[in-house]
Amino acid sequence: MPTHKIFLYFPQCRTDTPIVYHLVKEFDLMVNIFRAKVNADEEGYLVLDLSGDQERIDQALAYIESENIEVRSNNKGLYWDRDKCTGCTNCLPHCPTGALYIKDRATMEVSFDGDKCVECLSCLDNCPFGACSSLF
Amino acid sequence: MKTVAQINEKIASGKAVVLTAEEIIDYVDKKGLGKAAKEVDVVTTATFGPMCSSGCFINVGQTKPKIRITEAWLDDVLCYSGVAAVDLFLGATELCHNDPANMYYPGEFRFGGGHVMEKLVAGEKVQLFALSYGTKEYPRKEIRTYIDINDLNQAVMVNPRNCYQNYNVAVNCSDEGIYTYMGYLKPRMKNISYSSAGQLSPLLNDPWYRTIGVGTKVWLAGAQGHVYSQGTQHSPRCARGENGVPTEGAGTLALTGNMKEMDREFVRGASFKGYGVSLSLGVGIPIPILNEEILRATTVRDRDILGPVIDYSVDYPEATGRVITRFSMEELKSGRVEYGGRTIKTGALSSYAKALKIAEILKAQVRDGNFLLAEKSADLPVDQSNGMMPVKEKP
Repeated sequence: MPTHKIFLYFPQCRTDTPIVYHLVKEFDLMVNIFRAKVNADEEGYLVLDLSGDQERIDQALAYIESENIEVRSNNKGLYWDRDKCTGCTNCLPHCPTGALYIKDRATMEVSFDGDKCVECLSCLDNCPFGACSSLF
Repeated sequence: MKTVAQINEKIASGKAVVLTAEEIIDYVDKKGLGKAAKEVDVVTTATFGPMCSSGCFINVGQTKPKIRITEAWLDDVLCYSGVAAVDLFLGATELCHNDPANMYYPGEFRFGGGHVMEKLVAGEKVQLFALSYGTKEYPRKEIRTYIDINDLNQAVMVNPRNCYQNYNVAVNCSDEGIYTYMGYLKPRMKNISYSSAGQLSPLLNDPWYRTIGVGTKVWLAGAQGHVYSQGTQHSPRCARGENGVPTEGAGTLALTGNMKEMDREFVRGASFKGYGVSLSLGVGIPIPILNEEILRATTVRDRDILGPVIDYSVDYPEATGRVITRFSMEELKSGRVEYGGRTIKTGALSSYAKALKIAEILKAQVRDGNFLLAEKSADLPVDQSNGMMPVKEKP
């Protein structure tokens, strides 16, 4: 069963539309919300995993877009700046899912796997160089 | 067996054999000490990490009319101006004016002296604001302008303490998380924080300072600088293993270099939540292989380097001297260590990846004849230790 991590951008929040309810009931999807900022009449953000039948996921994404919500599959709420990262590894014990990780312990270079990131934001607190930033 | 002058001749002719402190380990294993000592001329060492005791002297040049500065700020970070009319000293750990520090704990400390140093090296504009009381020959009383490093007559990095030979491994044994300069330490030893380049680290590859001394030429963030003194808190009389390698903080180096020749990648302002600001800096030091003993020291491995584990909730602040245990750099670099029947995740403040990059850059520069070595002009002390300040009642 495919799982997609998606980032939804609401140009203006529609607090009267229960988007997640429709995703579950109408498209039979499993929804795992990582992080959300939803305030009536303001810009809004929602980062979530959608799991289910691929066809149903595609239909759900079309539905979301029909509600004037932008689906950004590459643009996640958490951004890791490779150039700002010095590779110190101070963030590693604080990253609960191993999204920030070391491929090769011989070179000790830090990498980031956005698909594993649950946007807990612990890296923001633990990076001395501001390499991690949050879109919201 | 060899002299620095002979090695320099080989470097100048592009014939020097140069290896990094990582490569030399297997090389000596394969070739044997005697043969390798004849073949290898230079081993490059390096480190990259927070080095609080850093700063820079800058001369901002005179204005028309002239000013004798008494107070100055660069991007709202206070500089020491009690040096001369337009000479300023900027320290890496100085906070930004109006930073609330830890008033609302933990403070974020997003900007300070280290960040201004990074901006200067990057060629970015910074705001200079300066005041004076005015004199007959220096009548100007105030100036606000925007300058970059090219506008400065001199920008000289002066770091009283760099390249700590080994360092504490920090844990927190209390029931509450604590914010420290070693990062956030979770309660009950749930994480471990260290800071050392291990087998690449300059003073761990020359534990008795046989080649590194006052006058040694160093690669300082891209510039060719040098060691100008023993570093502050230089404390060579410390616990050492059989290999002579310290098992706690020991020797330090005072370094200087021209900031105008530096590369931003290796001069990085650092923010530590709840603690303050600092500077992370890249340093490379070439070790001339003058004899077998010097070579043997450069083959030190991560597994032979032990760091002392200190509880930063009690033993560090109260200076009790208690060491919980010691972990090797090999264990610490693996990402997890076993202790008390548990697995504990590790993280570092120093970057081994950057240290490796610096060792390679310096290797290429020496090999290509672009970095000649300098013989030390004075030895670093080998028999002294660090004292505590006596706090006394007024006599």
